[in-house]
Amino acid sequence: MEAPSGASNASAYHAEMDGDTKIPLILFPTCVMEAMAPAVGEAVVRTLRDRGFAPSIPPDATCCGQPAWNAGYPEEAATVARTTLAALTDAPSGPVCVPAGSCATMMRVYWPELFRRVGDEEARAAAVEIADRIVEFTRLVADDRRQADRQGTVAYHHSCHMLRELHIHDEPVALLTDAGYAVADWDDDDRCCGFGGLFSVKEPEISVAMADEKIDGLPLDGIEALVGSDLSCLLQLEGRMRRRGIDLPVRHIAELLDPSGPTDVR
Amino acid sequence: MSDDLRTRATEALADRGLHEALARATDRFVEIRRAGDDVANLDALKRAARWQRHRVMERLPEILERFADAVGRAGGVVHWAADAAEANDIVGDLAARHAVRTVVKSKSMLTEEIGLNEALEAVGIDVVETDLGEWIVQLAGDRPSHILGPAIHYTRERVAELFSARAGEELPPDPEVLCAYARASLRERFLEADMGISGCNFGVAETGTVVLVTNEGNGRMVTSVPPIHVVVMGMERIVETWDQLDLMMTLLPRSATGQQLSVYTTQVTGPRRDGEIDGPDELHVVIVDNGRSHVLGTGAHEMLHCIRCSACLNVCPVYRQIGGHAYGSVYSGPMGAVLTPLLDPSPAATELANASSLCSACHEVCPVGIPLQDLLLLRRADNAAGGAPAAFRAWAKVWSRPAAYRASIAAVQTGARMVPDTFVPSAWTDGRTVPRPRGRGSLRERLARGEI
Repeated sequence: MEAPSGASNASAYHAEMDGDTKIPLILFPTCVMEAMAPAVGEAVVRTLRDRGFAPSIPPDATCCGQPAWNAGYPEEAATVARTTLAALTDAPSGPVCVPAGSCATMMRVYWPELFRRVGDEEARAAAVEIADRIVEFTRLVADDRRQADRQGTVAYHHSCHMLRELHIHDEPVALLTDAGYAVADWDDDDRCCGFGGLFSVKEPEISVAMADEKIDGLPLDGIEALVGSDLSCLLQLEGRMRRRGIDLPVRHIAELLDPSGPTDVR
Repeated sequence: MSDDLRTRATEALADRGLHEALARATDRFVEIRRAGDDVANLDALKRAARWQRHRVMERLPEILERFADAVGRAGGVVHWAADAAEANDIVGDLAARHAVRTVVKSKSMLTEEIGLNEALEAVGIDVVETDLGEWIVQLAGDRPSHILGPAIHYTRERVAELFSARAGEELPPDPEVLCAYARASLRERFLEADMGISGCNFGVAETGTVVLVTNEGNGRMVTSVPPIHVVVMGMERIVETWDQLDLMMTLLPRSATGQQLSVYTTQVTGPRRDGEIDGPDELHVVIVDNGRSHVLGTGAHEMLHCIRCSACLNVCPVYRQIGGHAYGSVYSGPMGAVLTPLLDPSPAATELANASSLCSACHEVCPVGIPLQDLLLLRRADNAAGGAPAAFRAWAKVWSRPAAYRASIAAVQTGARMVPDTFVPSAWTDGRTVPRPRGRGSLRERLARGEI
């Protein structure tokens, strides 16, 4: 099957679906998810299957290279990104689903620039080639809207890259409300959480102050969980909340969409 | 510049009053800017503006020459200053030649950049800032902390204290009373001033016109009351045509203060002509390079497109926390973090590239589409030109080998479970608790084995 072009093309894949046949899909799991939240990865897999995809992870894919790229080390970023790019290029055609807005941005938006910067024309061309196939998780899933009656009120954190580089704003909120959850008003839900990769280590005081202002604005009395689509932002916010003694559950959106997940948010 | 960014930021963060003032002021700026989203085709205008700025910069020397010729034809005198010292000398010589004792100034970040006030004061000249915010900062012996709202870090109570001390009587923290006091005080200074110094929002090359955007009316006083008017202008603050100015003027007030048009848009073409009632006898335009021409033709050239609207400061989550002074430079926020090291690549300036989480909010609001987050990344890469630290080189080695990557993921997972507080740098765990891993084992192996 040829991969249709465009960022959000699951419906095109669905059009080619035949009964119960699942559409092959490459899942790029992200290093943070593999190391810190394999359970979230399972929820991602089950959600994708529920929407008609057959996800597989290319065994040789590693990391997108973003930590080094954002820190100002393009050579090191390219060394790592090249490995993943090759693994994805060798994998079957079809969408490459990335369950993190930030990694999806790195691969879709910044890879061509990264390889241009280090003078690797072959990799740059391959990155341009694959860019259209890179799809952030909620954008892919939102092409197949499902109504359900799950319970709970959550706050949703709009992560920066997803919002301002991939321009994904409505999809995750629509997925949550479709599933039955209420999404609470949260002032400045689109302001940066303060993670920023190495920024959180180089300027920890500013980073924590940014997290604090986000957390201070949470309507804690009216919500049962904080939800987002980027585990790294969620680690930052959860890490700060735990230190402050706030035990609000923090969930990746896939956990709330997981067909075998709990029917209420806790 | 004192200390390092982290030290200055930590001091700023400890000042809760500062944070409240910043949050209130930047929220207000963002809120009023939304009123400027009234034009239906804003995004198209921004793209057009980006392109027009490119067109000007491609031919900057030629356009500057054209501007200088036109200023001359209109009766003004153009001076070229390669750096801050030259610019200050030019203005100082003009002041000496006319025995200037008092100077009134309208707001100009460039004069802050070159330290003009200090240079004039050093030869005994009384320099009076007449923009309300600048005047507040000057009275306090402070520095501006925002390119548009110099006193953004002050509460009205603090302003009342300053004014009361100067007035010798108790003034209430009431904006109307405080403004009335400032107006009365500054009016005297306008009338006695021997020289007016202004900045320049845009020079228009085809007519040699200097355009100033102000809201308080002080700019008009500075440019028309004293017998000599000196414009200090950054060499990039120029458009070629009035059509280009039209586009910039559609975007600048909207991006700055959400206004469709600023209260005053002053257009100065030459000094007072025969038969005119107002205006100076002499008009001098000092065109300042001070590092700008080095930026032309580099990967960061788009920074010269900046029209100083300050929208990027107001949306920046880092600026919001630490304010302008913590940047340790005249320009702050995202534009300051990019521009400052371009003008002067000292270690203290280049370090400012770290004052960003790369959230892109700055790029989103920039009226001329400057990719500020990309320019910050470029600076970070330049800062690391000597090579990545050993940790990153090792990381690249391991994570470019799939088997080694998989092994390290398992190790990180174990580490995060067994010794969560010691497997990440203490700078992270000083303020945060590493969450326990959710789930265990290898996601990819379990998926491959059909266990999910």
